[in-house]
Amino acid sequence: MTLLQTETDTGREASGVIADNSYAISAERLVRRFGGVTAVDGVDLRIRRGEIYGFLGPNGAGKSTTVRVLCTLLSPTAGRAVVAGYDVADEPEKVRLRIGVALQEAALDPKQTGIELLRLQGRLYGLSRTAVGRRLADLGELIDIGGALARPIGTYSGGMKRRLDLAVALVHNPEVLFLDEPTTGLDPVSRARMWEEVRRLNRELNVTIFLTTQYLEEADELADRVGIIHDGRLVAEGTPDGLKRSVGNDVIVAHVDGNAEASCKAVEPLAGVRSVEARGQELIVTAADGAAMIGPVAVALGSVAPVHHLTLRTPTLDDVFLEVTGNHILADEPAESDPKPRDLAEARS
Amino acid sequence: MTTVSITAASSEGRARVQARPSPALRDVASIAGRALRAVPRELETVVPPVFIALFFFVVNIGTLQRLTQSHLKGFDIKAFMLPTAILLGVTGVSRAGSLVLDIQSGYLNRLLLTPVRRLAILIGHMLADVAIACTLMVPILGLALGLGVRLQSGPVGGLAFLLMGCAWSLAFAGFGYAIALKTGNPAAVNSSFLLFFPFLFMTSSYVPRAQLSGWLGSIATWNPVTYVLEGLRSLVTQGWQWDSLVKAVLAIIAVGLVSMSLCLAALRGRTRRG
Repeated sequence: MTLLQTETDTGREASGVIADNSYAISAERLVRRFGGVTAVDGVDLRIRRGEIYGFLGPNGAGKSTTVRVLCTLLSPTAGRAVVAGYDVADEPEKVRLRIGVALQEAALDPKQTGIELLRLQGRLYGLSRTAVGRRLADLGELIDIGGALARPIGTYSGGMKRRLDLAVALVHNPEVLFLDEPTTGLDPVSRARMWEEVRRLNRELNVTIFLTTQYLEEADELADRVGIIHDGRLVAEGTPDGLKRSVGNDVIVAHVDGNAEASCKAVEPLAGVRSVEARGQELIVTAADGAAMIGPVAVALGSVAPVHHLTLRTPTLDDVFLEVTGNHILADEPAESDPKPRDLAEARS
Repeated sequence: MTTVSITAASSEGRARVQARPSPALRDVASIAGRALRAVPRELETVVPPVFIALFFFVVNIGTLQRLTQSHLKGFDIKAFMLPTAILLGVTGVSRAGSLVLDIQSGYLNRLLLTPVRRLAILIGHMLADVAIACTLMVPILGLALGLGVRLQSGPVGGLAFLLMGCAWSLAFAGFGYAIALKTGNPAAVNSSFLLFFPFLFMTSSYVPRAQLSGWLGSIATWNPVTYVLEGLRSLVTQGWQWDSLVKAVLAIIAVGLVSMSLCLAALRGRTRRG
């Protein structure tokens, strides 16, 4: 499978650029195996400082494993990665000083209070008592959970835990922030607020953000650039608009009654139709000029079976994913993370 | 739910605050402090060991006192049983169970994502264990003193008694941490205390070694707990018996070397796995 890449300015000019200081994150042929299972298979990344990079892929694609390697929780099996100017395998301590990480499930100690956890985190990053106090004052406003900071974390709601987890990741002013599926399991309102928070962190504090997600609209909304990962390989990369443009076709979606096969056959011969795919009662028709084709498609379908809905839309990142992998991204709700190392090890055995 | 906002203070804060490696001792103190803060919130982890130790101490004395008084002139069963009660109380006292919960909740990963030294995570937990074990010994010792037991080695001997009990607790705790880090399974950690049962009962916990029957006497001779018990017992009943004390210290070191080696190997495996 070849990499679909829409931007030329992504730093792939030469292998030597991995040490280029203008990149907050760079990886070269990064591989992580668990026994016989290859979770990350030769991923190359070049992420500039101050960028929001969306890492999009279905469950089990290798997103979380990539994050775990980049944030030094796992060592790479092969290849190399540099984060915030330091090699993750050779100088993990220096990387850890410069990154903040919010993993998919808020990694908090339910027995501690929020304030105890934040203070401990500050101490572990070598912050003085005064510096911790100052950051707590800043982050108190940032996370806005007020008096709840004095309560045991076990009593927090899911949204409060997410915000505290983010504050913990930010307590030492990281240069690079890794967010592993930050909105999985959140309701739509909380999700929108998290998006706004990510934008502000990037805009006001110039934090480079590496965001993994299985939600197309999240990558579309937030990311300056998107990398699509499938079976551990980076299969497409570019700006969301660039990637969608690369697909080129408009999409007509029709919901029909009756025989989908017959409907396909009715539409396929139409001049201007590029492809037709049936998914249950749904027909996906791609065409270079969707506005011109929607009428003929409706007539052709109507001659075979009743048509309930007919929608014309521009391509989405899912269409990009379909183009490069032959499959759709199916996001779960609530979603599970990528297989953890132990899961993979167990799967292997 | 209230909205999240970033203030100008945050931007300024970023310019001022700079993360840097923390000194090793500060790492250890931070982890130990967290472990100790959790103790009052998890009394269920420290009350049962003390209760069990006090219960067996009282019951054993009640069972054997008349028998020993009538058959063994000058034998003080209370002084004899005190080290057994202490070992029963402090063995297996560890924060290994909490470490498993940290693994399961992902909080250990949160710690591993910080620049904290990996060894400091273990040492911090173990230092907290020593403090807890020392505290747990106080009511057992207090009860013994209240029942009329007198330490023949004096107050300094009492301090040595406490230190030796703590050192044993630490040496044995390594097994719990090794199991915790290796398996990440709370049930496995809880059952690690069962490992101690053969060690405690195939020894001179209830009668002097010389009185044990053939096979049990042979096992007791090879059982390191025998020497720990005899060292502690010598401080209570005989005073400063250097031969017994040196053997006790060597036994603690030997067990500690084994448990800590397993523990460090498990830590390396855990941090490699991520």
